[in-house]
Amino acid sequence: MLFFSYFKDLVGKEVTVELKNDLAIRGTLHSVDQYLNIKLENTRVVDQDKYPHMLSVRNCFIRGSVVRYVQLPPEGVDVDLLHDATRREARGG
Amino acid sequence: MSLGTGLETLVDQTISVITNDGRNIVGVLKGFDQATNIILDESHERVYSTKADPISIVGELDEELDAHLDLSSLRAHPLKPVIH
Repeated sequence: MLFFSYFKDLVGKEVTVELKNDLAIRGTLHSVDQYLNIKLENTRVVDQDKYPHMLSVRNCFIRGSVVRYVQLPPEGVDVDLLHDATRREARGG
Repeated sequence: MSLGTGLETLVDQTISVITNDGRNIVGVLKGFDQATNIILDESHERVYSTKADPISIVGELDEELDAHLDLSSLRAHPLKPVIH
């Protein structure tokens, strides 16, 4: 649940989602669900010359299972809060 | 686009799907389930490269932008399959 809550806090921020097929998509985080499926708005593919497949796509749904990394905005990470939440999770509460 | 985490907002819209084996399929979304199985109407595959290749990405197609694409000259690297 920690990552679900964490990503919910990032809604509205600009992120880059790197997929397991090496495609990287940048956009505004619109929503995330329990499977960590991600919806992005105002999307653009990072290497558009190589991957023009999504040139006419502006909103997309990414299945959580194909995400390799989510690149976060530095200001979107509250390290102290994350420390506390991680410890709470480890204690089972 | 309205709220909601699932694909309900995209029903009856033209969407572009990239599958785990790297294919790109365009069609009208008619149905879906929790496992991201989807039902498409009027679907067709877009082949950008002959060297190529379950669901990775579902994107809402902006038909105005799409109409401006010159698909006869557009070439693309093959998308790699997803390896988990």
